[in-house]
Amino acid sequence: MNCIIIDDETTARVVINQLCSNIAMLNVVEEFPNAIKAIKYLNQNNAVDLIFLDIHMPEFTGFDFIQTLKNPPKIILTTSDTNFAIEAFEYDCIVDYLVKPITQARFEKAIQKIKNTPITKQQTESTTDKTETTSEKELYINIDRRLIKIDIASIYLIEAKGDYINVKTEHKNYTVHSTLKKIEEKLPETLFLKVHRSYIINIKKIIDIEDNSVLIKKDVVPVSRSNRPELMKRLNLL
Amino acid sequence: MEQPNMKYINALSNGDLGFKNKIINIIKLELPDEILLYNKNIADKNYKKAAENVHKLKHKISILGLEKSCVLATEFENNLKDGNPQLEHRFNTILQTLAEYLKTL
Repeated sequence: MNCIIIDDETTARVVINQLCSNIAMLNVVEEFPNAIKAIKYLNQNNAVDLIFLDIHMPEFTGFDFIQTLKNPPKIILTTSDTNFAIEAFEYDCIVDYLVKPITQARFEKAIQKIKNTPITKQQTESTTDKTETTSEKELYINIDRRLIKIDIASIYLIEAKGDYINVKTEHKNYTVHSTLKKIEEKLPETLFLKVHRSYIINIKKIIDIEDNSVLIKKDVVPVSRSNRPELMKRLNLL
Repeated sequence: MEQPNMKYINALSNGDLGFKNKIINIIKLELPDEILLYNKNIADKNYKKAAENVHKLKHKISILGLEKSCVLATEFENNLKDGNPQLEHRFNTILQTLAEYLKTL
């Protein structure tokens, strides 16, 4: 069984690798310090049967990562938090939830569950975010009590960062105290699309699209399964 | 106060000295930088970032057998998320104990 480990902490990756090494059926093929690198890898490698996934990673959580997978393999969550157990079991692909520090006995129990669980691919309903269109060509953002004018067409990516959003334009990036929902309402829906709960993209600026990510400038942006159909619909496909 | 120990690492290594040295060296290497970053965020009153630092440190605390301290670290992490640094002094004592112990390994 080919496995990958995704955890931002080196210590945790080394521990999980050691736990795997004691079980003959597990073959760790790759380790990743963040989910974005894992997405790129999974786009090119189908032969992953199991993912050990940390939930609490900066900027891109384990749950964000799962949202991007079209046909997720089996996943075992590894975390120091006990708070996410209920959310975890909303996903069919999640087989177990291991709380760090993970003991060999508990780990083996999780692997036993894997053996007993048939592969089920997740079904999620396609949802499209409602947006309000605007005919305005400019957007004013408030930074340090100054209203700065941005040409809407020059925006290529908007990223949620906690209580802030990062607005990336052709010329400059701006960090603004706002939410994706608020800015989404100000952008023309012909040009912009929310492809993930943390990202809105300008579809005219897409360079290429891989299975569950898009390349915009130098940014690789994850695409949620639920948002992918809308993205595909908006493209001028040959 | 409870003392750090090698119980978990010994059980995990199952006699594999290579693994044991590897994990100790990683902890020794990472811990000082993680503590520095945590201290900086606390000093800057950037409690959300400090909570992330505590979350990361928590795993090392648990690996080195400090179970009760890990519970306190979780409480501190949650408090920091709410902007409350009240348990700072007690958490710093844990970090100090950890750092002292690592010097002996």
